[in-house]
Amino acid sequence: MSTIRTLEELKAKRQEILDRKAARNGKTIINVSLATCSIAAGGKAALEAMQDEVAQNGLTGVEFMQSGCMTYCYAEPTVEITLPGKAPVVFGGVDEAKARELVTEYVMKGEPVEGIIPVNYERVVL
Amino acid sequence: MPATTTEKKQLRIATRNCGFIDPESIDDYIALRGYEALAKALTMTPAEVVELIKASGLRGRGGGGFPTGVKWGIALANAADQKYIVCNADEGDPGAFMDRAVLEGDPHSVVEAMAIGGYAIGATQGTVYIRAEYPLAIKRLKKAIDDARAYGLLGKNVFGSGFDFDIELKYGAGAFVCGEETALIRSMEGKRGEPVTKPPFPAQSGYWEKPTIVNNVETFANVPAIVLKGADWFSGIGTATTKGTKVFALAGKIVNVGLIEVPMGITLREVIFEIGGGCPDGKKFKAVQTGGPSGGALSYKDLDVAIDYESLIARKSMMGSGGMVVMDEDDCMVSVAKFFLDFTMDETCGKCTPCRIGSKRLYEMLDKITKGKGTHADLDRLKSLSVIIKDTALCGLGQTMPNPILSTMDTFADEYEAHIRDKKCPAHVCTALLTYTIDPAKCTGCTLCTKVCPVECISGTKKQPHTIDATRCIKCGACYDKCKFDSIIKQ
Ligand SMILES: Cc1cc2nc3c(=O)[nH]c(=O)nc-3n(C[C@H](O)[C@H](O)[C@H](O)COP(=O)(O)O)c2cc1C
Ligand code: SF4
Ligand code: SF4
Ligand code: SF4
Ligand code: FES
Repeated sequence: MSTIRTLEELKAKRQEILDRKAARNGKTIINVSLATCSIAAGGKAALEAMQDEVAQNGLTGVEFMQSGCMTYCYAEPTVEITLPGKAPVVFGGVDEAKARELVTEYVMKGEPVEGIIPVNYERVVL
Repeated sequence: MPATTTEKKQLRIATRNCGFIDPESIDDYIALRGYEALAKALTMTPAEVVELIKASGLRGRGGGGFPTGVKWGIALANAADQKYIVCNADEGDPGAFMDRAVLEGDPHSVVEAMAIGGYAIGATQGTVYIRAEYPLAIKRLKKAIDDARAYGLLGKNVFGSGFDFDIELKYGAGAFVCGEETALIRSMEGKRGEPVTKPPFPAQSGYWEKPTIVNNVETFANVPAIVLKGADWFSGIGTATTKGTKVFALAGKIVNVGLIEVPMGITLREVIFEIGGGCPDGKKFKAVQTGGPSGGALSYKDLDVAIDYESLIARKSMMGSGGMVVMDEDDCMVSVAKFFLDFTMDETCGKCTPCRIGSKRLYEMLDKITKGKGTHADLDRLKSLSVIIKDTALCGLGQTMPNPILSTMDTFADEYEAHIRDKKCPAHVCTALLTYTIDPAKCTGCTLCTKVCPVECISGTKKQPHTIDATRCIKCGACYDKCKFDSIIKQ
């Protein structure tokens, strides 16, 4: 990794990262909450089930990522899915069956799946 | 899925990135303008950074609410060959997990903020004091520090400014008192984690007797946002005395258990009902303990209080670090006070008498009351001993330990009264005060209860009303749970 010595270099780095992320446009992003709480609730099992379902169906336009606590302890494990060109949607209570259903119904067909957690916050974006 | 308001009651500043970025990717953080706040701060003078934080009105989120900028200013003004900045990640209140969530979800925001704070006070060394029970937070924090180093965002000559800064981790062994800043510093020095008297404050003489700033995880997480968005933006949120937001951990009898971040000044009603979804199973909300073992119970009478540091203290509670334990009609407030005293009795470091022995005496009196053996004289003693401990204990742990008692005695005087005068626990929690009887009008004589009673104290003829021998009943409640005809009366 090259070091960042100035604000300009930081901004250039940021642009490079944003460009890299923009290249993912057109892909479905599946973001699985993997904090202590979510892992304890079965987040890793949900991730593995979804990865397996994606592989079984030969989907190529899906990218997985992990994040920290999504704050919904009452609904863990939680998964955020962003379909291409759509707003991110967070699903709660994602056990293995729900995880597979999310892939086959929501990701593949865009069909609504139960367990959507409404966005009830405003988030400061710097 | 429980119903949640879709109205946007929450505002996420400290948790702005939690759940949105990969905490193990520095690039994810940089994509959201990560480390730009540090770059900007390094173009300012340290005094300007201190002034900015002062003007923002940011106050410590670790519980005390001391103005962060003022604290930084003291350390800046104290000339020394070395100064230190410490992140307090020893989160130990029962029911609190805000700091863990921030460290696991967005560790770079804390790393960046510590560097900004280090620059502002003139420290080249930062330490995160983190409890060893947080292995995932430790792993992600370590990776964040390593990645920041690899990018040159920590280390020598950060952003070519001539400022050197690095961060190390130190681990706490899970003693609650080590979250107290002077005990924390002693523990960092490899000594027993015991508090010492203040002053001198750590900002004057702390780690190895050098000026040391100790700030909470959440306090730090706000800093990059303030630097980039400005003091006016931050001070525009909140109440007259308390700016910005607070992260709370909702736990206990609440539908939407979880973390929330809300603007200061929000009412308890909004938090409990609109965001939290109220108590499960349609039970009646009774109280919420804020400030953990140092705080007090806010009751249904306080629902319209606008939450800030001062309003909570005025109601004999405190903000604390953000734990909110919700209680419903089935909770006994004397038992709740006893629960917290049990905790502090275990966690007292034993250095000073009022706390070491006082906690035990307070606990014993509460225990006596819950067993129906309390007297009005005990109530008076409970109050006077509480006040003495508050006035004489050395550190915050002892000084705040009586708060759960004083606040519940104040707000729920009737419950204490019922335990003492009527020998009854209105919430039917205190086992010693319970009686189980069978309502002969309802009992069908099905004999089910006789089969589950572990001490075989229920008798009767089949198809005739049964009776419980109260002298032998151990109040296990098995019959109550089993009876299909609601014939068993719990009182
Ligand atoms: C018994 C006790 C435990 C404490 N535990 C913590 C803790 O876990 N985390 C924390 O940030 N502050 C804790 N504090 C408060 C610290 O002493 C200190 O005030 C705080 O870390 C300062 O940071 P702030 O100004 O950013 O809030 C505790 C205080 C006491 C008396
Ligand atoms: S008040 Fe309690 S925890 Fe604090 S120094 Fe005294 S004995 Fe130790
Ligand atoms: S289970 Fe209920 S109805 Fe049946 S004998 Fe016992 S008290 Fe009576
Ligand atoms: S409460 Fe327990 S011990 Fe008492 S009568 Fe019922 S089952 Fe028997
Ligand atoms: S703490 Fe992360 S969802 Fe509960």
